[in-house]
Amino acid sequence: MSSITGPSGEAQSEAHWAPMTLTEKLLARASKRESVKPGEIVVVEPDVVLSHDNSAAIWEIFQQLPHGKIRRPDRLAITLDHAAPPPTAKHAQNHAQIRQLVREQGISKFYEIGRGICHQVLCEEGVIGPGFTLLGADSHSPHCGWLGAFGAGIGRSEVAALWATGELWLRVPETMRIVLTGRLKPGVTTKDLTIHMIGQLSSDGATYLAVEFAGDGISNLSPDARAVLTNMMAEMGAKNACMAPDAITWDWLESSLARSRPQDADERLATFRESALYPDADAACAVEHHVELSAIEPMVSCPHTVDNVQPLSSVAHTRVDVGFIGTCTNGRLEDIASAADIVRGKRLRRRLLVIPASSMVLRDAIEAGHIAALLDAGATIGTPGCGPCMGNHMGVLAPGEVCISSANRNFRGRMGQRDAEIYLANPAVVAASCVAGYLAHPADLAGGEQA
Amino acid sequence: MTKTKHRVWKYGDKVNTDVIFPGKYTYTISGDPAALARHALEDLDPAFASNVGIGDVIVAGRNWGNGSSREQAVTCLLAAGVHAVIAASFARIYYRNAINSGLLVIECPQIVEAVATGDEIEIDLAATQLYASGRSYGFPQLPGQVLEILDAGGIIPWLRANALADKQ
Repeated sequence: MSSITGPSGEAQSEAHWAPMTLTEKLLARASKRESVKPGEIVVVEPDVVLSHDNSAAIWEIFQQLPHGKIRRPDRLAITLDHAAPPPTAKHAQNHAQIRQLVREQGISKFYEIGRGICHQVLCEEGVIGPGFTLLGADSHSPHCGWLGAFGAGIGRSEVAALWATGELWLRVPETMRIVLTGRLKPGVTTKDLTIHMIGQLSSDGATYLAVEFAGDGISNLSPDARAVLTNMMAEMGAKNACMAPDAITWDWLESSLARSRPQDADERLATFRESALYPDADAACAVEHHVELSAIEPMVSCPHTVDNVQPLSSVAHTRVDVGFIGTCTNGRLEDIASAADIVRGKRLRRRLLVIPASSMVLRDAIEAGHIAALLDAGATIGTPGCGPCMGNHMGVLAPGEVCISSANRNFRGRMGQRDAEIYLANPAVVAASCVAGYLAHPADLAGGEQA
Repeated sequence: MTKTKHRVWKYGDKVNTDVIFPGKYTYTISGDPAALARHALEDLDPAFASNVGIGDVIVAGRNWGNGSSREQAVTCLLAAGVHAVIAASFARIYYRNAINSGLLVIECPQIVEAVATGDEIEIDLAATQLYASGRSYGFPQLPGQVLEILDAGGIIPWLRANALADKQ
């Protein structure tokens, strides 16, 4: 069913265009067109333009333009998350410049240090939602697609151009559809699924493509688990990644909006219900993959690329020195809960740094007792933000250290030190490995790890 | 347009932005060309920054520039004097960033196996041909607007020129 109406408001005959994927519908809406097809160049006016600690650098570029004022300050969203709170005076000065920009240009969607990571915060705050389009100066901008939105990463110069003009050209991508069926086994998460897929299809398996998740397996996945799927498609080269909203999406939005913006939660939800889009059942895609969720095993990305993938079982017992649970990929409540459940009543043999993705996640984790369990086991808790993910903030590695991380990248030097090694896994594996002292599945701990 | 001659720095597949320009510098180094050039390819090839010459080109395999959206992974090469990156394929954001910063990017899988570090190659942009060791390799013509942005030196100078032209 195609339910698009034209700019003039009247319903268009369905015979005029082919059935569309979710991404095609999102880009049609963003470019104020009735329909789009892959390969077309469209000019979009994104609902949200995301930037973070890089906003001062973008402002510097923007000032080379004659425009003077940001065209749509109401569409900008700025978080301070990549080095927050500032670890050096230079980082503090960068933040100060951004606050000045926010004041001078009247940017109301500004989120201070400690509120959390941009991708998580913009979802929690209802800045982004079903049917909306986001362009961000951050490569994990596809993240918001789990809400049925379009999100793509762009560079600083393009964001400066967007600040000036409010619009940008995009090529409508072909779609890779990933059809999920069944249910994940206990101890296996969507992180394992994405690592598995990136191992199979390689880090450029979806370059220039839209990834669209479909299939009834999605209904067995929690909101926290879904966000991992769209977030990690950045590591497969995707332009954007998305899935249609369902009852679970709407429930999450309703409760999040009630917490983050009680003053207009109902109104915002109504806006999203109106803007929400759904793919046509018979839309064509360039490539389709089918994944039976119950067939996925715990997987690990080994140094120094995300697509250097092994089953956990074949690298188990690899020595680790330190664990990191956090980031836009795996720093949500479900992730912290799974780690707390593993370490509860145990002592960690290795350092474990836990950084919640947002202040809302941290608050929930405290109330649920997860933070107490982690602290009692010997873990360290950091301020909500990106942490040491890209080597900018506290928790960077020493030469020769081996880190097991719930983050999204393990490139050489990523966590600040070229002579360190990073393994990527799901948060429960990170916690279990810090209990064991080596790469381990939670099931490996049974009984024998009361150190 | 005539051919231009360049010395090659050759790298492999899937070179990511973290090894091109480490993330730890990303909020403290952005506009200073000397600082950018000093850290170019720091975690990929420590010999690069001190030996690269103006007009040199990088030839690499698949998926050059995957990872972060940080634009310094492009501008550090420009600051170091790199004329172009020729690769079998590029990561999406890197490709856009390169054009938007005025760095020539050419997709040409055929030439990758044919050249090594230190080789000389020639580029004929108008004829969309590369020449190495007596052979020529075609590459797809860049779209008109992309060439316009490259010629202007990137999206900011291009947009500035257009905005000023509109005002007149």
